[in-house]
Order: sequence, then structure tokens, then C-alpha cells
Amino acid sequence: MISQVFILSSQGDHLIYKDFRGEAGSDVVNLFYEKVTALTGDQPPVVMRHKDVHFVHVRQGGLYWVATTTADTSPFTIIEFLNRLTALVKDYCGSLSERSVQMNFALIYELLDEVVDYGYIQTTSSDILKNFIQTEAVSSKPFSLFDLSNVGLFGAETQQSKVAPSSAATRPIQSSRDQGGKSEIFVDVIERMLVVIGSNGVLMKADIEGEIKVKCYMPTCSEMRIGLNEEFSIGKSQLRGYGAAVRVDECSFHQAVRLDEFDSLRILRLCPSQGEQTVMQYQLSDDLPSAPPFRLFPTIERDNGGRLLMYMKLRCDLPPKSAGINVSATIPVPKGSVSLSQELSSPDQSAELQPQSRAVVWKIPRFPGGTQLSALFKLEVPGFSSASMLEVGPVSLSFELPKITATGLQIRFLRLSPFQPGPAQRWVRFGMRTFDSDHEVGPGPSEDPVQDCFHWWIHCLLYLSQQDDVCWTESVCCLTS
Amino acid sequence: MPYIGSEDTVRDLRRVLSNPNVQSDQLRYRNTILKVIRAMSQGVDVSGLFSEMVKACATVDIVQKKLVYVFLCSYATLNPELSLLVINTLRKDCQDPNPMVRSLALRNMTNLRLPSLVEYVEQPLTAGLRDRAACVRRVAVLGWAKLHNLQTNSEIDAAVVNELYSLLRDPDPVVMVNCLRALEEILREEGGVAINKPITHHLLNRLKECDIWGQCEVLRILQRYRPQSEDELFNILSLLDVSLISPHPPVMAATLSLFLSLCSGLPAVGLAALERVRGPLLAACGNTSREMQFTALCHIQLLLRSLPGLMGEHYKRFFCGYAEPAYIKQRKIEVLVELVNDDNVAILLDELRGYCTDVNISTAHAAISAIGRIGRSYSDKCLEILTELLGLKQEHITSAVVQTMRDLVWVCPQCSRTVCSAVEGCEAEIQDSQGRHALLWLLGVYGEQVSSVPYTLEVFIDGVRSEASVGVKMELLTATVRLFLCRPAETQDMLGRLLHYCIEEETNMCVSDQALLYYRLLHCGIEETRKVLQCRRSDPSLGVLIGRPAEPINQWSYIFNTLEPLRPGAIETESATIGGSPEHMTFDPKPNNDLSDTLSYSFAPLSLSLSPALSPEEFEDLWLQQQENYVYMEEHVQCPTIFRCSPQSLQAAMQLVNIQTLAFTPPHTLPWRVYLYTNTQNKHSADTCHGTLILGELLYTGEEIQKKSKDEENVGVFTYIFLARRN
Repeated sequence: MISQVFILSSQGDHLIYKDFRGEAGSDVVNLFYEKVTALTGDQPPVVMRHKDVHFVHVRQGGLYWVATTTADTSPFTIIEFLNRLTALVKDYCGSLSERSVQMNFALIYELLDEVVDYGYIQTTSSDILKNFIQTEAVSSKPFSLFDLSNVGLFGAETQQSKVAPSSAATRPIQSSRDQGGKSEIFVDVIERMLVVIGSNGVLMKADIEGEIKVKCYMPTCSEMRIGLNEEFSIGKSQLRGYGAAVRVDECSFHQAVRLDEFDSLRILRLCPSQGEQTVMQYQLSDDLPSAPPFRLFPTIERDNGGRLLMYMKLRCDLPPKSAGINVSATIPVPKGSVSLSQELSSPDQSAELQPQSRAVVWKIPRFPGGTQLSALFKLEVPGFSSASMLEVGPVSLSFELPKITATGLQIRFLRLSPFQPGPAQRWVRFGMRTFDSDHEVGPGPSEDPVQDCFHWWIHCLLYLSQQDDVCWTESVCCLTS
Repeated sequence: MPYIGSEDTVRDLRRVLSNPNVQSDQLRYRNTILKVIRAMSQGVDVSGLFSEMVKACATVDIVQKKLVYVFLCSYATLNPELSLLVINTLRKDCQDPNPMVRSLALRNMTNLRLPSLVEYVEQPLTAGLRDRAACVRRVAVLGWAKLHNLQTNSEIDAAVVNELYSLLRDPDPVVMVNCLRALEEILREEGGVAINKPITHHLLNRLKECDIWGQCEVLRILQRYRPQSEDELFNILSLLDVSLISPHPPVMAATLSLFLSLCSGLPAVGLAALERVRGPLLAACGNTSREMQFTALCHIQLLLRSLPGLMGEHYKRFFCGYAEPAYIKQRKIEVLVELVNDDNVAILLDELRGYCTDVNISTAHAAISAIGRIGRSYSDKCLEILTELLGLKQEHITSAVVQTMRDLVWVCPQCSRTVCSAVEGCEAEIQDSQGRHALLWLLGVYGEQVSSVPYTLEVFIDGVRSEASVGVKMELLTATVRLFLCRPAETQDMLGRLLHYCIEEETNMCVSDQALLYYRLLHCGIEETRKVLQCRRSDPSLGVLIGRPAEPINQWSYIFNTLEPLRPGAIETESATIGGSPEHMTFDPKPNNDLSDTLSYSFAPLSLSLSPALSPEEFEDLWLQQQENYVYMEEHVQCPTIFRCSPQSLQAAMQLVNIQTLAFTPPHTLPWRVYLYTNTQNKHSADTCHGTLILGELLYTGEEIQKKSKDEENVGVFTYIFLARRN
């Protein structure tokens, strides 16, 4: 049971406040903000309590989404609800930000009114809600010439119509209905990876979590078929096809997905509802299908002047056509390091010492496959002792890899049946977003702070954010009737 | 320029709202109303516009209607008279051919929260229950719950209740679930909606039609149901098995809750259900939402209390990611400690060592004390890491390491040699009082093993005037007296100075009283002092408790799927007991009602002190102060099933009735004994020193154990021996 729901900006501005049961006053909003800003690091901020009022909140899009409730409520339900609410707001307003919430507050009040009654969740299905929601979304996206460039001279198709900008999928779902907007479907394959590599170069841990998301802008729902690689296999024993198998450990599907063609042909059938939904989730652990995309070769020593010299060589093992973007290496350094001098191998890289997080951050905007970069960092560390070496590392690396998936999962085709009247565009995007490689330059024997003591690992984490420059590519398959 | 929220804004808005030109232009009218709502959600008081907004309510534009209702519902309680004007529009809307308009009007009519409007609302609500559109019925059903809560003391309308019960068979699943919710509220005083066999089976059969929110609600309400036969129970369980491994965490958690409450008499089935949710729970730990990850982690901690081996092979799933927030890291560290076994200890310790230098200080502390807890089983490797961490020479790490070592030595005295050599010379780095407290305790207890202790203590004694913490001063006194007992020649002079300062100049009562106590004790002779101060330097019996015995599920099942496990410190860990000497360490409080009932009965004629419990040390001191008049009492009691309790739960139960445990022998040894102590309440002063002190020994000789196995009877004979002293 939910007593109140409110949305606060990170500065504490009241954006939305809705009281469902009239049990607690509206002063709880300020109370919540005081509590959340007064937090010290070790308190779990998800649940907080003030007398009988329990606050449960999630942070999304830089905003606090808060529900107040009683102690015996299921936290799973409340948190799932708040996440679902953010997804709905994102679907209806196009994107999640302080600005979009502010501009669309009437729409959000309307949504809340339909979703929750007297503190009880009624429905969160966008198929049902679309019949009730009347307010139109105000899109915060400024007018862009790029949209016009898609239309060629005299209506001729240009080359650019094969790709759409990454922002194409961030428009509100309902504007299409009234403005006669495009019927489009976006399919996102996103993988996140975590890899830990030990000091001897041995893979200690590898985890891949992936998902296929569908964002649908089609007002009428028709059946959609997504074909995956035929070699796709689940579990350790099962093997399919003759080529390199695409294997995952576990796999789960959205409830709306029908799997009758999955076992034989690896086809997912579903009738997508408007908005964004995760169609499939899969995990793979302890076994990487390919080598980690980056390798770090660190060397650390002290020079005669007592400075700490860190020589980092970073190699990108991707095929030459691909590239890592927004690569950033974070190297924890001893406490009290004061100044950093650096020699980087190319001018577009940058590095800085961040005293509050006690780390050197080395940024590489674009890193083509098959190349190697190096950097030399010299640090002044007053009172450097051999034990300070313990504090160096682990190095963590984060990056984005557009158009690559670690598991090798591909979308063979994307079909809509029965054939849609009018044009329906289908877009597919792959992202394995960055492994956040964590090369740890770790502690060595205290007598000998020279380089044989490296203990390093890679944490790879793959995200796919909306701001990247990965474009949507149109699905290449043809429609079959 | 007008300020936001000033009178001017409201006046401007009123002028525009009452402008006939604006009123005739739908778009401008709607935009003005939008401005009002925006001001309202920014916290501006726009209640003055109520009458203008009431007028704006009469429109065909649904968007405008919705906006006005948002306003009206927020301010209706401030303007009950003007709200009467709205009710006509609302009642008219209830007749509208569009079901959306009907449901909107009905919902907002009940959301006005005005008792004076109840009489106007009842008729549309009754009609709403029979409306042909499901969305209107949904609203009407909940409307009755709202109405009931507006006038709680009025009688419950039996006709409405019957109608609601019959709507449980409504074709729309949301109407069905709403009926459950409404009945639950209306019949709260009777214990909620009646859950009998037909209703239960009806709900279970329709579970699949509901969305996840409805399923959670139904599963929660079904927890009250008690199946009539075992066959029925197992039928229900097999029906629910699909939901148990649901990919939606809320459904999975609600189903497990229901499983645990249905199977409270069948522990084996409950444990099997825990095994079954392992997959979904681990998946929830990898959810993209951090908050969901955290919730799953907290609940995994609960499950581990009953099935310690549940996640053993999945320990890598609990390694912290670089960018994770501190609250997730700390929970993961707590889980990792539970998962240690011979195979993974090296990898786990390696991982934990990496967290010890975390930028977040509290995460670093959590990692350090986690290593200390693992050290109770694998002391060599852990001490190596802890000693290495001291080499970093960082204030907060050194302090946390010393506290961890203190806790470790208390349990594993065999580590003392390594610890003593490690802590030597680290006093300069420790700035906080808890760290110094721990260091002083170590120096006092193991003073004879470290050559430089007198010099270290001398530095502390010289600085005692500027010492702010009372705890550190008291620990300093104890440590110095203890050192005096083993190294009198080096310590005599500084002990004299310290006692002089504390007795003559110290303003804090606790410190000066303790100094006086030691002074008098030393007068009684060195042997007396030794008896008091050198009796306990460790409690090896605690060591046995590390591999915690699996708790029965019902110890935690009542907080499963509530907010309780998410609260800080809800899952008690010994790592939380930083500060104070280990004698003050308390155990996990776990209520065990049967036990406390028996015991409170036998203590009924006494009223025990409710004031903060005496620590064992304080009790010993008080006990030894008084030598005369005591009562001796011996009693044999037959206690059913008491021997099955773990020492912690016994202790927790005793603490509930204000009895503290002094010491006990390890479990499964015979004779098994527990020493208990308490003091009575004094009616004249709050000072505990003047009550009656009671020391008890609970002896179980074990003879009955053989008898039990023969007779299949769960009875043991306990001997209570009580000693009471009146001050």
C-alpha cells in the first residue's frame, strides 16, 4: 500500500507530489530531502524511516522517486512499482530528466491517477493506460535539422534513411498517434560484462548480462517475430549448429513472448505493446566466448626523487574495423598524492588526478581495434613508503563497444506480420557497452616495490546509454507475407 | 517583479481565470489551469482560487477536468462549503455515457475526503458497483473503502459488504483484487476479509488472470488461510510452484512468504522452497535497478540464516563492482563472510583485501571487520592481511584493524602473539576514541607480551588531561592496573599518577568512581585485585559459535518481504559492535517466546531492574564489593525442549526478562552450564548498586539425555542454583 508518491529533483525541488490516502502531511517531502542529504556513507538510503512513515526511493534520471508506505509492505513490490513508474514516464514523456518531468507534470499526474487508486496499484500496462491518458506529451527535444535531412529531394530516399540518430528512440510514445508520426520499432541488444583478471593474467571472473529491449511506436499491435542466431544455445550441455556456438547459461523471457518457434528455429514471437519492454534477458558466467577487448600492461616503479612512475600500455584486441569509445581508465593512487605529470601517446587523450576519489583518470575518446596506446604518469607522493604500493590499484577500465556483442548474439531478422498498412520502420542497434575493465595494479611485497608484483584485474561493465553516438541501423530483412 | 508564490501570482491567475474571453477559448483556459497546478506542485498556496476552479470544472474537455480534479482533491478539505458546489457536476458526470468520464467523476468524488459529502456519494457508488464498464466498478469498489475510512465509527453496511463479496466473482481481475482490498479495510476490526476454502480456491484459480500487482495482493491475503488437510496443502503448493520461480521479484517474494506461512509446520518443505527461489533471487541480485539488487541482497541474508550453504558456489556473484554504491558493497561484504569455505577462502580474502582501501571509509571498515570475522576460522591468512594493512599507516585503517584484532583475540586467544607484535608502535596513527579504546584493552590484557607497553601507556597517561572520551579514560585505568599486576616495577609510578589525577581532578563521575574502586581494591591486596581483573582475557566458548547453527525458518519468516530486512543493522552482525571492550559485546537478540514465558513465571515474585543492564565486569565488581549476607537456593526444574535452544537464543530470551548471561560452556558438552546474573529494581533510587544482586547457575548434568532417547520424551532436568546478595 502506497501512501504518497513524490518526485524530487536532486536539488530538492518538488516536481510531483500526490497523496493517495491523506494519512500523512505534505511536510514529509522536505523531511525526506533533509534525511537523504544528511546521509553518511554507510546507511542504506533505499529505505528510511521517520516515526511511522517509511520512505522507499529509487534514483533514476537524476531524480528521487519516492513512495511513503507502512512497515509491513513488500519492498520488492514498491521498488518494482517505482521502477515501472519511471519506465512509464520515460515512455510517455520521451526521456527521463528534471526538465521533461517539469514540462509534463500534468501528464504525470494523470498517469499516477490511473496507475494508483487509494494507494493500491491498479495497472501499469501501457496497453490499458493508453486508453485513459489524454494529455499530450511536451517533448523537450529542440527542433533538429537532422530530422529534415532524412527526407531527400522530391521525397527520394537518401542514404541516411538507413540509419537513425541514437536520439530517435527517445520520443514520447503517444505523439505518434495524433501527429501521424512514424510507425517504428527499435530493438536494442545490450550486454554488460564484468571481467576480473588476476595479476598473472588469468581470467578470475567473467560475467555477462545481456538483454534484448524492444521499443515500439506502433499504435496498433501486430505480431512481431525476432529471429536470433540459429546456433544460440542455453546451458552447458546443449550445442546447436556447426559453427561457433552462441552460448548463454540462463535465459528468461517477457511474459508476452510466445516460444513455440524458439526451440526449433530460435524465433521469438510477441505482440509488443507501446513503449519500452525487455523481451529477453540472459546471463553467461565464468566463460568468455572471446578474449577481453582490452589488455593492460602496467609497470610501476619509484624513481630516485621519490616520485611514483606508472607506465601503462593499453592494447585494444578488437578487430580493426571496430573501436572502443569513451574509454576511461581509473587508477587508484596513494593517499596524499599531490601533483601529476603525464606523457600521453596522442593529443585526444586526457588524464587528471582526482584528489577526492584518490585516483588518476585517463580518458580516451576513441580507441580503434588492433592499436596500442601508452601513458606515463609521474606522481609526487609526499611521505611515500613501500606500503603505499598497496594502495595503487585496482585499475578499472570502462568503455563502450558499439555494434559488438560479447556473446555473439545477433538478430537475424525482424518481421512484422500480418503485413502492416503503411510504412513501418524497424531499427536494430547492438551495443555491448563497455566493459569496465578493472586492471588492478596491486600490492607487492613491501621490500621490493618494483614491477614483478603486479596484481591486476579487469572489471568489464557494459552499459548502453542514450547519449552515445551509436546509430540505429535499419533491419535488413525483407517483409514476407 | 513578483515573487513566485506571492499574492500577486494568485491574483494574476484569478484575474485570467475569471476573464470571459479566456473561458471561451478552450486552449487558453486549459493553459491557465495548467499554470495553477504547476504553482501548486511547486508548493505555492493557491487555495484562494478554489471558487474559480470549481467553475472551471464544468467543461467537456477531459484533460481540463482531470487537471481541475487534481486541484480540487488537494484543497477540498480547506473549503468544505465550496466543495458542495462541485458535487453536482460530479454527480452529473456519473451519468455520462463515456465510462472514462464516469470512473473519473466517481474516483474524484471519493477522493475529496469530506465527511459532509458522504450522503451525496453513496448513491453513485452503489450504482457504480453494477456499472457495465469494468473501470467504473474498479473505482466504485475502492470508493467504499475510502468512504468507510472517512467515517470509521459508523456502522458497516452489510448490504455493501455482501455486494463486495459477490463481486469477488467479477470477470475483471482488477475488480476482484480491489474487492479484496476494500473488504480488508472495511472489515479490519473483524480481522479482514474472510478467507475460507471456497474463496481461497477461487482466488488461486484466478491468480493467472491477474497482473503482478494483483498476484502479490492475493498471495499476501492468502497467508491467513490454513489448509484443512495435508492433501489440500500440497495441492496448493504445487499450484503455486510456478509463481515461486517467477521472473518478477515481487511475485516470487510474495509466493515464498505464502509458502513459509503455509508450511510453518513442515520445515523440510520450507527449506526446499528456499532452494527453489535461489535462482530467481540471484537473478534479482543482477537486476538493472540497484535498489532491487539491494532488496534481494537483504533477503538473501535472511535466507542464509536458515540455509548457510545456499549460495556457497555462487560467491562470485557477490563480489563488488567498482562503481557500486556503498550500501550495496557493505551488504555484499556481509554476505561474502557467510559464504566462506575451505575452497574459496583464498579468493574471498584476496577480494576483501581489495575493498579495505576503498575510498568510502565505512566500506573499508566493513571489509576489515569482515576479514576479522573470517579470521576466527582461518586466523593465519587473515592476520597476515591485517598486519599488512597496518603498514599503510592510515589513521582510519589502523584504527579499524586494531578494533578487529581486539575482537579476534577475544575469540581466538592463540592469535595473541601475532597481534601483540603487530600492534606495537601503531598508537601514533590512531586518532579516534574507539580505536584507542581497543588498543588499550589489548595492551592491558596482553601487557606481559609486549615489551614497550609501559612507555606507550605513559604517553597516554601524560595526555590524560586532554583526553575527551570517558570510555578511553576508563579503559586506560583498567589497562594500567592490569599492567601493574604483571609488571609492577615499571608501572607503579605512573599508576599512582593516574589514580591521583582521576580521583582528585577528574570531573566525570564514572571515571573517578572507577579510579576509587581500583584504589580500594589495591588496598585489599594484590591477590584480590588479581582475582577481579585477571580472570577473563578471552572467551573461547564463543569460538564454537562462528559457524552459526542453522536457525529455524520461523525465526525470520515474519519479517520476510517487509521493509524490516532493508533497515540498517536489521540483520545483526557482530561486525557492528565496534567500540567497547569485547566483554561488552552482546549477542544476537532473538525472541523466543516459549522460553521467556517459563522463565518469567519462575521469577514472578521478583521485579528485576529495567535500567540498562550491567555488564559482566560491572556485575563482578559489585559482587565482590559485598561480602556479607547472601541467600542460597537450589531448585530442580523440568524444562521441556530447552536443551534444543542454541545458547544465543537462550541468552536472548533471558535478556528479554532482564537476565544477563555471564558465561556458558560450549554446546554439546556435559555437564552443560550457564551462569546468569541480574539485579532487582530498587524503588527508592535508580542506582543499580543498591538492589539485590542475583547470581545463578543453570546446570544440566545430561543424565536425562539417555532417558530421553529411550522414552522419546523431550524432557531435561535442570538445576538452578541462586545466590542473592542484598546491598
